[in-house]
Amino acid sequence: MTTHPRPSPTPPTPPTPPDPCAPRDRRTPPDRYARPVVELTAVTKEYAGGVQALRGVDLTVLDGELLAIVGPSGSGKSTLLHIVGTLDRPTAGRVAIAGHDVAALSDRALSALRSRHVGFVFQSFHLVPGISAQANVAEGLLYCGLSRAERGRRAAAALERVGLGDRMEHRPHELSGGQKQRVAIARAVAGEPDLLLADEPTGALDTASGRSVMELLHELNDDGATIAVITHDQEIAASLPRSVRIRDGRIVSDEWHAQPGRPREAP
Amino acid sequence: MSTTRLRPPRLGPRDVLHVGSAGLRSRPMRVFLSALGIAIGIATMIAVVGVSSSSQAKLLQELDKLGTNMLVVTPGQSMFAGQDTKLPKEAPGMISRIEGVRSVGTTGDVPEAVRRSERIPKEETGGIALKAAKDDLLGVLRARMRTGTWLNDATSRYPSVVLGHVTAERLGITGVGAQVFIGGRYFTVIGILDPVPLAPEIERSALIGWQAAEQLFAFDGHPTAVYERSADDRVAQVRALIARTANPQSPTTVSVTDPSAALQAKAATEGAFSTLLLGLGGIALLVGGVGVANTMIISVLERRHEIGLRRSLGATRGQIRIQFVTESLLLSGLGGLAGIALGAAATGVYARIGDLPWVVPWWAVTGGFASTLAIGTLAGLYPAVRASRLSPTLALQAT
Repeated sequence: MTTHPRPSPTPPTPPTPPDPCAPRDRRTPPDRYARPVVELTAVTKEYAGGVQALRGVDLTVLDGELLAIVGPSGSGKSTLLHIVGTLDRPTAGRVAIAGHDVAALSDRALSALRSRHVGFVFQSFHLVPGISAQANVAEGLLYCGLSRAERGRRAAAALERVGLGDRMEHRPHELSGGQKQRVAIARAVAGEPDLLLADEPTGALDTASGRSVMELLHELNDDGATIAVITHDQEIAASLPRSVRIRDGRIVSDEWHAQPGRPREAP
Repeated sequence: MSTTRLRPPRLGPRDVLHVGSAGLRSRPMRVFLSALGIAIGIATMIAVVGVSSSSQAKLLQELDKLGTNMLVVTPGQSMFAGQDTKLPKEAPGMISRIEGVRSVGTTGDVPEAVRRSERIPKEETGGIALKAAKDDLLGVLRARMRTGTWLNDATSRYPSVVLGHVTAERLGITGVGAQVFIGGRYFTVIGILDPVPLAPEIERSALIGWQAAEQLFAFDGHPTAVYERSADDRVAQVRALIARTANPQSPTTVSVTDPSAALQAKAATEGAFSTLLLGLGGIALLVGGVGVANTMIISVLERRHEIGLRRSLGATRGQIRIQFVTESLLLSGLGGLAGIALGAAATGVYARIGDLPWVVPWWAVTGGFASTLAIGTLAGLYPAVRASRLSPTLALQAT
């Protein structure tokens, strides 16, 4: 296990809401529950042809954390993202996401796990062209089992949350890059996932838009969201409370930074 | 550790339709073109079936009007070759007394030539037969006068003649009052018949009164055809009795025919639509199906990112499969509906031009639509399975 600077008392089990996608009170500091959202133990991933992308990775992410997984291209960070996001399975080692052991789950159950517990934000947004921002966000709730009306309502709320309340009916081509990424973030958080995975979220954006997207991620984290940002950008990594450096399939450092400019709000 | 079971929720029918039509809505031109192939196939098949059904319906309508309860008694073949057989003079009267017989009409052949004038050589008969008519011949045949009147008690004693429509055409006579030259004297045309589908021999005859034939020509008075109509439910019984009644001495030399049988056979042939055209429609449908499959495969290739995205949002393999099968079904279903409309419209135009009833059988419509759905499923299955097997990590690869 990675050494953790913060004391992690045994987590009291938080009450499981009956509706997996129901909004719950996120404005709770992580230290109180310190429930592990991601637990990787000795995870290796070997691709056909003998390429070892991950060589024994141990990583724990607690509820409410905001961390960067940082490394140069080819370091295995994308593979790590796929495994943490349950899009891929490890060759060896144990992966538990939101308390579910991934190895024990069928493909169907993994899909359900993703729909309830994991939200993705991609570098290239992956918005559906030709439909409105609200419809794009609602599409993210489709596999949650919510009614159509409820999906529309939550999509509107999520867009308000990311500051796009006045862009609901805009189509992706009518939005700027930063706005598109905000729509994608709204889609990822609309289902209130336990973990938000952002893969180079600022990679396709100019500096100003990138900064505002990072600002939004900070705000969401302040509201209680657990966010992992995958990036090769050292500057971004340094701006987050925790950064996990990965190189050649191994974690080479796991640091906590002081956040002078961003004191954590008291609940 | 959480113990909640992870079961993906089912997509409702509306949601399935929503994801299945998403790809179509963004590419209307492609939808139009790939649905067109299916539409052409279905339209061809519907039109082929519709046109032949309409023609058949027309014939059956006609048959209904003419009735299927008529029998014709004619002298048949003798057992001894070359020997003429004749019906007894009493045959019409005997037949009319069979239980169930409603009306009887009789003709007798008169061996005289019918010519336009005396200047026409005797040999040029034009294939026109002279017949003597008596009883209710017009009523039994349900024949109508095109112009003029039928023979009555008065006119059948005198040199008056009623022409079948073919006869009138061959002689070049269009109205009453004209004279025709029959057996050395002129007869006055008092009427021309409309076509008589049940008795084509009448259409090619000139009909004169029974008495006139006996008085003016050497007519022996033996009937050569007795037309009889009975109640619909008595036809079989009448048929069993009629030969013996008409000629009790030698019932085997009497021939009994049902002229409506020939029309029925014709209707059946009309109904048997052209297999060749139907086959062409089938091939067009098949090609349309291949087009849909092709479109679907391209669609899956193009939408790798969307598939990956949906998987990352929590779509199961089954939900990806149903999305693409639905898309394929919608594509071919749209084509099928358009094809049915086109085929029905083509049948309608044909029926209007040919003055036929507009008939598009339900079995053809439902069968055609069902086959497009089957083709849609088949064409969509392989691309859908391919889509569902794509690795979800593909979505994360930058474009």
